[in-house]
Amino acid sequence: MVTPSPISTQNIWKILEQVTDPEVPVLTITDLGIVRDVKLNGDEVEIIITPTYTGCPAMDMIAMNIKLALIENGYPNIKITSVLAPAWTTDWMSEEGKRKLKEYGIAAPDKKFEIAADGVECPLCNSTNTKLISEFGSTACKALYQCTDCKEPFDYFKCH
Amino acid sequence: MNNSLIDYVLHLADNSLILAQRNAEWCGHGPILEQDIAITNISLDLLGQSRNFYQHAATLIGNDATEDSLAYLRTEREFKNCLLVEQPNGDWGQTILRQFFFSAYQFLLYEKLQAHKDEQLAAIAAKALKEVTYHMRWSSEWVIRLGDGTTESHERMTKAIDELWRYTGELFMAADYEKKSGIDVSLLKDVWMKKVESVFEEATLSVPEKTFMQNGGKTGVHTEHLGYILTELQYLQRTYPGAEW
Repeated sequence: MVTPSPISTQNIWKILEQVTDPEVPVLTITDLGIVRDVKLNGDEVEIIITPTYTGCPAMDMIAMNIKLALIENGYPNIKITSVLAPAWTTDWMSEEGKRKLKEYGIAAPDKKFEIAADGVECPLCNSTNTKLISEFGSTACKALYQCTDCKEPFDYFKCH
Repeated sequence: MNNSLIDYVLHLADNSLILAQRNAEWCGHGPILEQDIAITNISLDLLGQSRNFYQHAATLIGNDATEDSLAYLRTEREFKNCLLVEQPNGDWGQTILRQFFFSAYQFLLYEKLQAHKDEQLAAIAAKALKEVTYHMRWSSEWVIRLGDGTTESHERMTKAIDELWRYTGELFMAADYEKKSGIDVSLLKDVWMKKVESVFEEATLSVPEKTFMQNGGKTGVHTEHLGYILTELQYLQRTYPGAEW
């Protein structure tokens, strides 16, 4: 058991910054904007989260990972509250998150492509000579592309 | 306890669950991998919607109701989904057409539902609307591709229209609980029809002349298909009550 740092929302946020998304492990839940608020009610730590997509199967796992991370850091009294409004949007994704996505080989959400269409920049060779293969990719949040120049397939994290 | 609101939330939940189940039947059977993934993604979105609605209904009902008891332990006559969503998948064209009819309807419905005085219902709708926008665009594009495709794909779409058109009227016939606690669906009909007409025109398909419209699903009077869907969907909880994993 780690001796907990003094209970403060700032310390809790630091712990949450270490919790990653199980489906896109390069992103943390704070990069994604899933954590909406942290509240302290006496000894209890309340984490307010919002799902990315309605049917995202990762949400239950994310809630569990938050609990585990907080317990490991000495905060056993945890309440996770899921809220739907306001609806999550990719506008909440941090710039750091977008940079990490690209490094990982996934094109980051791009306002020019609110509706997925040909031309999203290839995260591998930076060409915009790319083709939309399918609006629905390997997870609900991604669309599938192929780069016409480097020929590699890649995922695009859709604007939402 | 507001019974008409509970019935309304269950109606919305059942619509999403049953169509999710139907679409999931395509898993591993889609015409090509990308479209197999697309239809199952849509299934997952719908399943997520139904979970949100069932969770909300369970809160309104209280007692021991849970999202699982509502999905797995109600009988056919208690399900309030419209008849359209329980119709068999048929071929890819029929599945696409069913999705298009329903997504076009759901899009208009959720637009209104965002302003419902029940805040949780409004939040669920606002969130799901973003996803339904994708479903509508994707299914519209497929209706156009198949309708304006080959002779065979055109014929199959025409057959699918014959098969499904009679179930579209019910979408706009309000059940009592919708009148009391829901959105006035009769107001959505003209806009929906305009959408169908514009997509059909591009797809070189015709909107049927006035035909008989079957209803009943919203009040629990279903086609024979629903029983078979529930038999599969509820098998585990019926056979091993309370099973968890």
